[in-house]
Amino acid sequence: MERLQQTVARMGGVNLLPVAVALAALIAIGAPATWVTLTVAGLAMGMMIFLMASGLSLVFGLMDVLNFGHSAFISFGAFIAASTLALLSGWVAADSLLYNLLALGIAISAAGLFGLVAGWFFEVVIVKPVYQDHLRQILITMGALIVAEQLILAIWGGSPLSVPRPAFLQGSWLIGDTTIEIYRVFAFLLGFVAFLGLRYTLKSTRIGLLIRAGVENREMVESLGFRIDRLFAGVFMVGSALAAIGGAMWAGYETLITPDLGAEMMVLVFIVVIIGGLGSIEGSLLGALLVGLTGNYVGFLAPKLALASNMILMMVILLWRPQGLRPAVRT
Amino acid sequence: MSMVSETATAAAGRNTRSAGWWIVALAIGGILFALAFAPFLFDNVRSQQVAARICIFIVLVASYDLLIGYTGIVSFAHTMFFGLGAYGAAIALRGMGPGWDAVAVGTLAGVGAAALLAILIGLLSLRVKAIFFAMVTLAAASVMLVLASQLSGLTGGEDGITYRAPDLFKPATKLWLDADGKVATLWGVKLNGKLAAYYFVVLSCALLFAVILRVVASPLGTVLEAIRENEMRAEAIGYRVVAYRTGVFCLAAVLAALAGSVWAVWLKYTGPDTALSFAIMIDILLMVVIGGMGTVWGAVLGVTLMSLAQFYLKDLMEVAAHATGDLPLLPELLDPDRWLLWLGILFILLVYFFPKGLVGTLAGKERRA
Repeated sequence: MERLQQTVARMGGVNLLPVAVALAALIAIGAPATWVTLTVAGLAMGMMIFLMASGLSLVFGLMDVLNFGHSAFISFGAFIAASTLALLSGWVAADSLLYNLLALGIAISAAGLFGLVAGWFFEVVIVKPVYQDHLRQILITMGALIVAEQLILAIWGGSPLSVPRPAFLQGSWLIGDTTIEIYRVFAFLLGFVAFLGLRYTLKSTRIGLLIRAGVENREMVESLGFRIDRLFAGVFMVGSALAAIGGAMWAGYETLITPDLGAEMMVLVFIVVIIGGLGSIEGSLLGALLVGLTGNYVGFLAPKLALASNMILMMVILLWRPQGLRPAVRT
Repeated sequence: MSMVSETATAAAGRNTRSAGWWIVALAIGGILFALAFAPFLFDNVRSQQVAARICIFIVLVASYDLLIGYTGIVSFAHTMFFGLGAYGAAIALRGMGPGWDAVAVGTLAGVGAAALLAILIGLLSLRVKAIFFAMVTLAAASVMLVLASQLSGLTGGEDGITYRAPDLFKPATKLWLDADGKVATLWGVKLNGKLAAYYFVVLSCALLFAVILRVVASPLGTVLEAIRENEMRAEAIGYRVVAYRTGVFCLAAVLAALAGSVWAVWLKYTGPDTALSFAIMIDILLMVVIGGMGTVWGAVLGVTLMSLAQFYLKDLMEVAAHATGDLPLLPELLDPDRWLLWLGILFILLVYFFPKGLVGTLAGKERRA
């Protein structure tokens, strides 16, 4: 038994969980073709949720601030990307890869740029006055979420908005008898690149060093003469931008978005952050993949249980590890 | 924060009271009087509806204040418990027919489910940080909302459930007959089942509110405040913090579920919009913050102001939206459907500048002097 534990730990420990879930699902589903499709969908969904969740987790780890208004960035990102793509509809539908890419790039950058600016505003105006005071923090960010949701309703109206997808991301590949949607592969790749970028920044750059030191001991970093408040603002902005980009990707994935999108995603994002452990991006990735995979598998096997499955997953993991799978902060 | 709840009790014990205290006391007294005699004071149906809603929400908000104001726990699952009570009564009334046995069975089932769920959530996640708990409750509440709309066989889905209340509450029921054998009137109000239903709501809510007042004044209330102020110290003195937190979370859940059952009996309809939606949770939050966290009496003021605003602010915004019809974007922002936008801004400003709420701010001035 102990030997088995050691072997598992050497091979990656909790990191193997998504693999274990995937294998269990393969046995339960039986049909490999369906399984591959579902797994790709689950991985893509997981990566998009990772984009949204990583910012929330980082901000919490560094600043001890949990932003309940985080989902506002997701919704705004989705709607801004949708509007931008609709404006560039000529480029989106064009048969040229260059124009397609340009339109997509502009849409995602618009969402990201909005995330940066709004994140800065949010941090300075809404969150800064209530550092250290969790109760008021929760209330204030919740209030900000209400205002943001109402603003979306005021600007875009309450009716569903359809999102044009760039031509080169339409359709799917057929390999044998499995179909793989191109958009899902693209979403996975983008999320993976974002993860690698974040990881590189955190582990191998000077700023990353400071951020990790700040997570560990804020006062010490401050007393060594670093402007930790600027670091805070920067992390908050990047986190918000990532959420907005995640929202933009999600808009393209769903192709029809409603103002409820933010609230729906927030539950998933929270579950991911709780499962993964607050403060670590590896934890967020792990949680996001788990949630994405189980969501898709259970959605196929027992559609009625789809949302409850994530909740059950969270409960089980909390019973096993109350701090989440890979926490970075001591709670 | 630390002075919020003390102010009410401390102010009551002193001989000299500030002008603010008197204003608050008068306002609350007036509201309670109006609620107690609403059928005699206002003769239209709508205002009775508003009055009943205010009564229910006073209990709901005061029980929530036990959590957020007294113990310092932020939960987003309060409507979930409210909904459990309401759906319990509703499903029993639909299945067993209108009768008191159905009300009792449904209420017990709803309250039992609420208590069980509260214990589960509490033991699972109250050990960790407040923020963690808030996230878990939010996730649980949204799952419950989805479940309610998916299990449409049991809950009626998005449409909800309509049913009949016990016979006593039918408008045709005669409580008191005059000499001619017709329904007697008192000060021009017919003594019929509608009146009985209203007083059922008022008396149940008064009872529940009294329980909350008693809890707050008891040694238990003091322990809860001690936990809020300094968790480590409370633990060091020998109080089992997790047990107390779970206990009060459970108590608040039971109170909310009971309020939900009363609401279901009064409304004769239960659906996601009236008993379970997240909008109700936001209402509760706003009411607690407006009234003042950590003051049970603040609930009375907060609920009344919010409810009146809900009904009359919309009319006002309608006018404003028409007046600014030619300008860009402004009419959309002033649209009556966007009233939550303005309440949200008000909410943020209140939390920044008056974290003690109306009652805490007005009645608490004296203490500093």
